[in-house]
Amino acid sequence: MSSGSPILRRRFLAGGAALAAVVVLSACGAKTDAAGTSSDKAAKIDISGDTVKVGLLNSLSGTMAISEVTVRNSLLLAIDEINASGGVLGKKIKPISEDGASDWPTFAEKAAKLIKEDEVAATFGCWTSASRKAVKPVFEKNRSLLFYPVQYEGLEQSPYIFYTGATTNQQIVPALDYLKSQGKKSLYLVGSDYVFPRTANKEITAYAKANGMTILGEDYAPLGSTEFSTIANKVKASKADAVFNTLNGDSNVAFFKEYKSAGLSAKTMPVVSVSIAEEEVKSIGSQYLAGQLTAWNYYQTTPGAANEKFVAAYKAKYGEDKPTSDPMEAAYTSVYLWAAMVEKAKSFDPEKVKAASDGITFDAPEGKVTVDGATQHISKTARIGKIGTDGLITEVWNSGKPVEPDPFLKGYSWAADLS
Amino acid sequence: MNVLKGRSARAWAGFAGGAFALFAVAPFALSDFRLGLLAKYLCMAMVAVGICLAWGRGGLLTLGQGVFFGLGGYAMAMHLKITDAGPGNLPDFMQLYGTADELPWWWRPFENPVFAIAATVLLPMTVAALLGLFIFRRRVKGAYFAILSQALASAFAIWLVGQQATTGGTNGLTDIQGFFGYDLDDPVNQRMVYFVIAASLLALIALARQLIHSRYGELLVAVRDSEERVRFLGYDPANVKLVAYVVAAGMAGLAGALFVPAVGIISPALIGIVPSIEFVIGAAVGGRASLVGAVLGALAVAWAKTALSEEFPAGWTYFQGLLFIVALAFLPGGLASLTKLFRRRRAVAQKSPVIPVGEAA
Repeated sequence: MSSGSPILRRRFLAGGAALAAVVVLSACGAKTDAAGTSSDKAAKIDISGDTVKVGLLNSLSGTMAISEVTVRNSLLLAIDEINASGGVLGKKIKPISEDGASDWPTFAEKAAKLIKEDEVAATFGCWTSASRKAVKPVFEKNRSLLFYPVQYEGLEQSPYIFYTGATTNQQIVPALDYLKSQGKKSLYLVGSDYVFPRTANKEITAYAKANGMTILGEDYAPLGSTEFSTIANKVKASKADAVFNTLNGDSNVAFFKEYKSAGLSAKTMPVVSVSIAEEEVKSIGSQYLAGQLTAWNYYQTTPGAANEKFVAAYKAKYGEDKPTSDPMEAAYTSVYLWAAMVEKAKSFDPEKVKAASDGITFDAPEGKVTVDGATQHISKTARIGKIGTDGLITEVWNSGKPVEPDPFLKGYSWAADLS
Repeated sequence: MNVLKGRSARAWAGFAGGAFALFAVAPFALSDFRLGLLAKYLCMAMVAVGICLAWGRGGLLTLGQGVFFGLGGYAMAMHLKITDAGPGNLPDFMQLYGTADELPWWWRPFENPVFAIAATVLLPMTVAALLGLFIFRRRVKGAYFAILSQALASAFAIWLVGQQATTGGTNGLTDIQGFFGYDLDDPVNQRMVYFVIAASLLALIALARQLIHSRYGELLVAVRDSEERVRFLGYDPANVKLVAYVVAAGMAGLAGALFVPAVGIISPALIGIVPSIEFVIGAAVGGRASLVGAVLGALAVAWAKTALSEEFPAGWTYFQGLLFIVALAFLPGGLASLTKLFRRRRAVAQKSPVIPVGEAA
């Protein structure tokens, strides 16, 4: 059996060539070096009717879903509360959920959908730094706002992102200060293999050098890895005073089990973790974690009327056994901060909202927070906690007052070479 | 002979219909955002064309196409990142995560646009050729070939994540601003990128069709169905398979390269085991042995992923899984076998005594 007749084949090829010509001749748009392109146009916001739409962009499927679903829950709680007390500028907030599916290009696609198709006034969400880096250009190009609720590695300041989780000097630096004050002279670094742990460890190494601490080892495991016997043994052999743990998700379960079976404990070699909150303690099992340290800005046990109200409302909506955690609190806070900015600006326009942001305060569950308009981060109280046998975390130290955000660590001489 | 002529005319009509839909209907019927998504789906379809050739026709279960897609994507993105940074500057992520003050040596060649464009296709083809020579000469086949492809995809993704200072790690290469001097921010330029992708897809389909209907195509199917017999006839099956594998890799590389300006990001998340399987699923749902089936299948699966996840953000993965199971359980030949089913019914209804020879192939 041979192919079709030669004439048809020739026509086939001629068709292809004609199409190629169409492409070459098709009109071309702005060049990169041309000043003032179409990006000068801000995204449209749909404020027709008596509602205003906001986007919730979280992973509802994939490896990050276990963490990000709790963030979405507390975002919805804040929206419900604000709607119950009259909404924003007289309009009820209508949340539009999209699934980032733990996949960074999908985050970018869904962010564009929320901005262009749904015409949302602002978007709340993202967890991993990789997902934030993927959506950052989308929000910047369309001049739309993202509120990012998770602690991160710092060194970033997008004009269209508000960071309501901790930056380095509100979490990692205080944790290192705490270890130093406890007389710890040597550290072992363990982390998942992605951007946050690698960047955080660079910062920790710079801090250690300037503060007379030594780093005895640095190990990375692929995201989701559960093989930790080698790392646990290396940690044990290093005889470090403490371990700084930037592992994420499921890997923590395997790591702490190996840690225990290697004969290590919180007494002999404490571990400070920056990604283990109440939700994760529950899934790892408090018997493996009791006595270990965490660094955050909020715990379920943080005292204060605002937190009592938040915890009670969350449990009433989602169940008595559901804990509240730092990223959830930061997400909850972010909705209130946005609403306050909009009320102050008397407009949903992102540019006006940004202009109104400086100095906005909110009595958050973690205590009073204030937006710094220059960096678009917020001031937060740093808290070191100890994990208890009941799975809750109790505070052992706090910074006394909110720490001003310093995403590029400009106030720290040891960090001069980092960015 | 009449049957053959009929088939060719049908193919030509289908091709013209597809071109009309892509160039004349879609740009006017879809918003800029949806057209951008379609551009992304078309890139998936380009990978599927290669899979149709290698797997559907050649029987090579290519579960590692993500590697070639990634090689093409990274080659293109590296060039665009260097251009975005401007002369003398390092790409943004290197300033953030890197320690080096200058571009790593293996980034340097990608400064040259001609080298970068050639590399998007030739790099994956070279890797596939070296790998294929090794695999096919040693007569590795079936499940072992599939496992090897998967291992390669996994290893490549892990390597990329580990080299954060030079590859952007898990983040990948993001925030791509320009495409050979054109601002990707401008909807007009986005449209141009769409047209380039649509034309490339049509060109690949035409190329694959020529290959499938050539003597080589016959030989490839023969190798798939009975490799030993082909060897006894005096052909070397290793070479026959190698060509299909290398061509499929080149197609995946081109798809990856065009994916970058369309979506603005390339990352290890598009390269590992899961995306590699997703490429194959599209072709399987549509019908791997049929060019039209594989292309439409890839488009349908990619579209369903967007549509379902927008409609049911919390539970769409269940629907997607169900769709695959139903498609593969009831239509093992994919959606393309539907048309055959209808044709057979019609033939039976007409009480035609013999099915024409050409039709039975």
